[in-house]
Amino acid sequence: MSGFDVNKIRQDFPILAEKIRGKDLVYLDNAATCQKPQAVIDSIVQLYSHDYANVHRGVHSLSVRSTDKFEAARAKVKSFINATSDKEIIFVRGATEAINLVAQTYGKANIKAGDEILITAMEHHSNIVPWQMFCEQIGAVLKVAPINLQGELIYSEFEQLLSDKTKLVSVVHMSNALGTINPVKKIIAAAHAKGIPVLLDGAQAIPHMVVDVQELDCDFYVFSGHKLYGPSGIGVLYGKQSLLEAMPPYQGGGDMIRKVTFEETEYNTLPYKFEAGTPAIADVIALGAAIDYLVAIGMDKIAAYEAELLDYATAKARQIEGLRIIGEAEEKGAILSFTLNKIHPHDIGTMLDSLGIAIRAGHHCAMPVMDFYGVPATARASFAMYNTKQEIDVLMAGIQSLIEVFG
Amino acid sequence: MFEDLRDLYQEVIFDHNRNPRNFRVMDNADRQVEGFNPLCGDRLTLFLKMDGDVITDASFQGSGCAISTASVSLMTEIVKGKTEAEADELFRKFHEMTTGKEEHINLEALGKLAVLAGVREYPARVKCATLAWHTLEAALKNEASAVSTE
Repeated sequence: MSGFDVNKIRQDFPILAEKIRGKDLVYLDNAATCQKPQAVIDSIVQLYSHDYANVHRGVHSLSVRSTDKFEAARAKVKSFINATSDKEIIFVRGATEAINLVAQTYGKANIKAGDEILITAMEHHSNIVPWQMFCEQIGAVLKVAPINLQGELIYSEFEQLLSDKTKLVSVVHMSNALGTINPVKKIIAAAHAKGIPVLLDGAQAIPHMVVDVQELDCDFYVFSGHKLYGPSGIGVLYGKQSLLEAMPPYQGGGDMIRKVTFEETEYNTLPYKFEAGTPAIADVIALGAAIDYLVAIGMDKIAAYEAELLDYATAKARQIEGLRIIGEAEEKGAILSFTLNKIHPHDIGTMLDSLGIAIRAGHHCAMPVMDFYGVPATARASFAMYNTKQEIDVLMAGIQSLIEVFG
Repeated sequence: MFEDLRDLYQEVIFDHNRNPRNFRVMDNADRQVEGFNPLCGDRLTLFLKMDGDVITDASFQGSGCAISTASVSLMTEIVKGKTEAEADELFRKFHEMTTGKEEHINLEALGKLAVLAGVREYPARVKCATLAWHTLEAALKNEASAVSTE
């Protein structure tokens, strides 16, 4: 592929040179978390070595330097997802916290007892449990749009579930357990036609494709930094400014206030209204470095390369007798979930680990999806831009061997 | 190809995984308890037939990985004919073997169960081996509710 050099990219990720149990590491657990390029590691070292102080507080030079870098990272996120304004970019701990924030602020201000929130049957627990907790608190009802055996949303049923009572739609952009990419533009248009706002859980989608929140016209978009080649413990809530303005704050504390007396508090403007306390300064700045790195490569090129990887892996997997692919949606990201006849995913995981291959074995924080397919767990190989076809060959050879060993 | 794993996946384990012993529902069981490992979805139902404090029969149903299936299969074999106190003592020794807290573990006292000693080197898999025994402990205490490793 022109302009995409996977070997050059691999050089940028020091951990890829690690040996695991004496073997070359084959890291295929990217849907759980991605490895970090040198640029991200360097940005953290640089900050703590030369530029670190608290942000938005001091008049001294280091505080100004830290603040400038911190706000520059916000601007990078803003242009990366094509938001309208920096004010729409709220830094949180991750996609999970972002969804909890929306539930406890937007939800409390706009959703009442008897109202409905609509999700899908392929959600990660992080887009189920915050809504269950919220519904419990206020007496709202959680509705779930079903999926078919390919792992695709049954759109007609989703549409039927959009009712006068629906006050929010919260759906995953790309499923972590199945790889399915949802028809989010269609979902958003249908919800908006009824005046219903839409939150997209972009935790899986963001490292794999171009995300343009204006083009999507979503009302909220959430993602985690660690799945975007950045640090863990940092994530982003994007919200349309008009919605964020009208929402009550989430947590109280420093930085989110303009004026405090013991009688009352005047809240700060956006985005600071939602950022109480000292933020994860180095991690935000390193997330900015990850975005610079990705932009230089090009998200469109990454998406095209990963599509090639997935096609290659899927074709190889189909040749293995007794292998069942879980999730075969028409629109799919670089995730291969599978089961093997009579071999439990945890045995697959341990055996592949002995060959240096890291995959995920388990329910992928999506127990309802496992129930739907009637399996306790799956094995999942998830690909990133630094993976290669040779690594997929190593994976497939490993699977063949363990099938032989189990007999 | 899997030389490193020989301590963990011994032939006896593959054998019990392929052909689990005492894999049946017990209609006239005196004790019946469910065991669940939410981390990996392993699920089993353990059945015991008691005569006073002696376990006269043990069987199970369920699904799990090779380690957990072999562990429960071996356990149902070894506890038959044991008193509750003897089964408790085996559980204690098994726990010591799999969590490796004792310097000198007497593998001989564990008989066939010693094939599971390898899990000590795989902390993520210890719960697979101990689920059966936690379930047995609950059954002997006659706890009605399901037992979970978490």
